[in-house]
Amino acid sequence: TLFTAAAAKAAGSVTLPFGNGTRPLVRMPQKRPMILLTTRPPQLETPFSVFNEGLITPNDAFFVRYHLSGLPSEIDPATYTLKLGGHVNAPLSLSLASLKRDFPVTEIVAVNQCSGNSRGFVNPRVGGGQMGNGAMGNARWRGVALKHLLAKAGVREGARQVTFNGLDNPPIDGIPDFVKALDIDHALDGEVMVAFAMNGADLPFLNGYPLRLIVPGHYGTYWVKHLDEINVVDAAFDGYWMKTAYRVPDNACLCVEPGTKPDKTKPIGRFNVRSFVTSHADGAKLAAGRATELRGIAFSGGDPVAKVLVSTADGRNWREAKLGGALGRYAFNEWRTSIELPAGRHAIKVRAQTAGGEMQPLTASWQPAGYMRNVVETIQVEAV
Amino acid sequence: STRSKAEKNGTPVAFVMPDEATPAELGDAGAEIVVANCATCHSLEYITTQPRGMGPKFWQDSVAKMVKVYSAPIEPVDADAIAATLAKRFG
Ligand code: HEC
Repeated sequence: TLFTAAAAKAAGSVTLPFGNGTRPLVRMPQKRPMILLTTRPPQLETPFSVFNEGLITPNDAFFVRYHLSGLPSEIDPATYTLKLGGHVNAPLSLSLASLKRDFPVTEIVAVNQCSGNSRGFVNPRVGGGQMGNGAMGNARWRGVALKHLLAKAGVREGARQVTFNGLDNPPIDGIPDFVKALDIDHALDGEVMVAFAMNGADLPFLNGYPLRLIVPGHYGTYWVKHLDEINVVDAAFDGYWMKTAYRVPDNACLCVEPGTKPDKTKPIGRFNVRSFVTSHADGAKLAAGRATELRGIAFSGGDPVAKVLVSTADGRNWREAKLGGALGRYAFNEWRTSIELPAGRHAIKVRAQTAGGEMQPLTASWQPAGYMRNVVETIQVEAV
Repeated sequence: STRSKAEKNGTPVAFVMPDEATPAELGDAGAEIVVANCATCHSLEYITTQPRGMGPKFWQDSVAKMVKVYSAPIEPVDADAIAATLAKRFG
């Protein structure tokens, strides 16, 4: 398989609804036309209409985010090896065949979301990848729970964290390699997975072929692609992408006054709760005085979505939508409700709440890096 | 079967970085210093997609981050000229 017809061909453009939001739609290998953020490294956003096609985000529409442009140019599945070493009794060196044959294989449906999803909407604006709401996706991941690999290697007394490295490298010396870490307890929780398949197929190259880490409920920064090196360490890992980048304010709201810096920070962790309307786009028209079904998605960092409230009057009244929920607590959860609106313009809001009581805020909070946006979304519709 | 198609075929999977174009906003002679120094590690869309009107300090800080944090091989005089060019163009 040689992906050489790789020139990103423009297939039109879209304008994301924030300043300087016009982006070309491009085709990259194994992908349908996607919203281009950067060509090198490839960074692609999912066109939002895809989220109305079904609860599972198709592989060819799943968002792509790299940090470093030294992508592997060729990956041979016959010789690929995943190494697991460090503070263990017996380091492992596994072929793909051994990974699939010698360990229990399981599946989980889980959302992956970029820490900076929706950064373009952050006000006041902040630097970084300027994305709309399409840096998220929900897939069925198939692989081996990390705990089985760690058990086989035998974690030694005193282990603190586990680090993850992939084949994507700095393009020149001096840029810190992209290495991420999880606490040992988290790594052993049985949910963190080394996945080799996504929605029943090999991972697309740009989503981390042939192996990527799945960290349910946690931001995409931990979902290391082209994973080939796992290390158990006996101290807190202090690489740049943990110690300096991907930090959030270490306070109750995980936020600061716009334009200010937090005194204390910690590594970004779980998703906060979010919900979106998918059946209607901002500016949509619907029939006045007739029942119309509104539909959308909600998801959280693992505390199950318990309630989705919908307002057709800009937040002045709220009704409860019906929830799907069949795909599990890490997946997109479908909500539906029937509405009937008189002629005119209406602001529709959607607000999700978890079983533990976490609720989307009505006004946006702010972080210097523009992470974790989860304010209640509003769309304007016109009943005619 | 758990064996993937590529594995069965034993075929290596190759990836070629897509062609990139210089964004129109940086396509003229006045932006040469940006194109020459800022495309070493990533395509220039990373610059042109940033918000407009962020002010000169935003661009000074961005360029300084590239040099200090990512070891961009850019001379201080060039760094200043790049930041000034970006601030002038993008506010
Ligand atoms: C030595 C490598 C290198 C060079 C040269 C370089 N950059 Fe970067 N740049 C990076 C890396 C690495 C990132 C972060 C990538 C990521 O996290 O996605 C980045 C990201 C950015 C971003 C996105 C915001 C951010 O801070 O992550 C902007 C804007 C940017 N660069 C501008 C520039 C400009 C302007 C220049 C020229 C003065 C430049 N870059 C030259 C390595 C470089």
